[in-house]
Amino acid sequence: MSTFDKIPETKEEAFLEVLLRLADDRLIHGHRLSEWCGHGPELEEDLALANVALDMIGHAASLYSYAAQLEGKPDEDYYAYFRDDIDFKNIALVELPKGDFAFTILRQFLFSAFSFFNYRELIKTVKDEQFNGMLQKHFKEIKYHLRHSREWVLRLGDGTEESHRRIQEAIDEIWMYTGEFFHLDDIDKAAISFNLYTDTSAFKKEWESLVFGTFEEATLQKPDNDQYMFEGARSGRHTEYLGPLLAQMQFLRRSHPEAEWK
Amino acid sequence: MDTKEKLDAFQDRIDRGEKIEPKDWMPERYRQQLIRMISQHAHSEIVGMLPEGNWIPRAPSLKRKMVLLAKVQDEAGHGLYLYSATETLGARRQDVVEDYIYGNAKYSSIFNYPTLTYADICVIGWLVDGAAIVNQTMLAKSSYGPYARANLRICREESFHKKQGYEMLAKMASGTDEQKKMAQDAVNRWWWPTLMMFGPPDSDSPNSAELIKWGVKTKTNDELRQSYVDRMVMEAEVIDIKLPDPDLKYNKKTGHWEFGEIPWDEFWAVVKGNGPMNRERIKARKNAYEDGEWVREAAIAYARKQKLKEGKAS
Repeated sequence: MSTFDKIPETKEEAFLEVLLRLADDRLIHGHRLSEWCGHGPELEEDLALANVALDMIGHAASLYSYAAQLEGKPDEDYYAYFRDDIDFKNIALVELPKGDFAFTILRQFLFSAFSFFNYRELIKTVKDEQFNGMLQKHFKEIKYHLRHSREWVLRLGDGTEESHRRIQEAIDEIWMYTGEFFHLDDIDKAAISFNLYTDTSAFKKEWESLVFGTFEEATLQKPDNDQYMFEGARSGRHTEYLGPLLAQMQFLRRSHPEAEWK
Repeated sequence: MDTKEKLDAFQDRIDRGEKIEPKDWMPERYRQQLIRMISQHAHSEIVGMLPEGNWIPRAPSLKRKMVLLAKVQDEAGHGLYLYSATETLGARRQDVVEDYIYGNAKYSSIFNYPTLTYADICVIGWLVDGAAIVNQTMLAKSSYGPYARANLRICREESFHKKQGYEMLAKMASGTDEQKKMAQDAVNRWWWPTLMMFGPPDSDSPNSAELIKWGVKTKTNDELRQSYVDRMVMEAEVIDIKLPDPDLKYNKKTGHWEFGEIPWDEFWAVVKGNGPMNRERIKARKNAYEDGEWVREAAIAYARKQKLKEGKAS
């Protein structure tokens, strides 16, 4: 928890936190994926990555839009364009540079697998109709993202020596950022008490079984689970990678805040 | 062998307005011309992703970001089915792709210009896609069936892109002073290059006559260019944008807008590789192709292993 984080006291406050945490993950992840546009290893993957990026940003926009409605902000763009890095609540995993194709695919796989279980549980938990409808719509797309990235993990892991080496390196590099999936801070706990979020630790085993099962099938080594795990991005304690990303994303909108851009 | 009888029969089919399909007999030269044209079209779609992709991370609203991502995704889709159309003519995608990355195959020179401000994205939608639509509407009637059908589908999507670009440009042109400046500046830079998109003047277009004879094209470069200018003059006026040509004037007799001298020296320079972004575009595509080689190899190796496993299991 950072000094300016406030533990939600009301359901409304908790709801806003949940929406923004989910949305920030998706916006930043979508941004990283969109960087592949025109640079993919083959045309089919240019299409697929752009497609997933578009879904991610679309999910973020609808979540922000709901948050704006609740908080009385002008629109979804307020959250994307007019907050600074310490206000962003995404996990660090999604802000890491796009890396090579193995890194990008592995990150997408881990994130999509987490989202799959998280959304599955949220759909059971959340009573708010509008939010639940959104989750159900996103869930359908998440299933596709998971299938797409899992297939690639298998191909790269059990493909050539080089692809195997690259994705194994990606696993070792990325693993310390997966702790944030399951770390619950006081804000999450408050949201859980209002039935607005789920105890992610409850499906950690399932997530591990899917991820490690895929690694095994792909002839990849499990990462060292006993290593240092990064923590704090949800409270604005980000890596140095987020700042430049936001500078790029926000510059035009912030340079001309009074202009109409929709 | 392209015997005279076969050639005549082929020409009769074209003249009757029949569509030529992949398995039909066709002159070798027809096949080669089509492979050249369709692959150029495909490369253009793919290279075109770069100047537009340049603004995805910086798009000024989430809506505009999504619109642009969807648009660029459409371009990739166009590239994909155009490459498939070349495959129906017996070309291999790898050869065709390597032809423009390492060889001399061309793509539309328009994408060798940089996108400097966000208004350039709107102008690409309005003018560049607008010009492409004029061309592709004609190509949708092309004598080669798969290419005609591909263009029909592409046109539908391009029309949508054009509308989106035009709408946003209209907003900028009536927005803040800075937005107006960006909008007008973008039109000033892109107007002449879009006129060049229709290719050299008829007097200087070596492939045109043959392509028209074979019904691959149904109008000449100059005819297409004129219909583009006529349309765009009106559209510019509606949104209060000035086209940067002091010689534009309406000719009542012909019913067409006359325009000034196109800077053909610039056109030939860019075609020959000396445009502002030629080297960067090819380099970006070359890097993507080469950096992606290990990925494509992995996919092939994996598929082979899976097949072996299946074979053992059965």
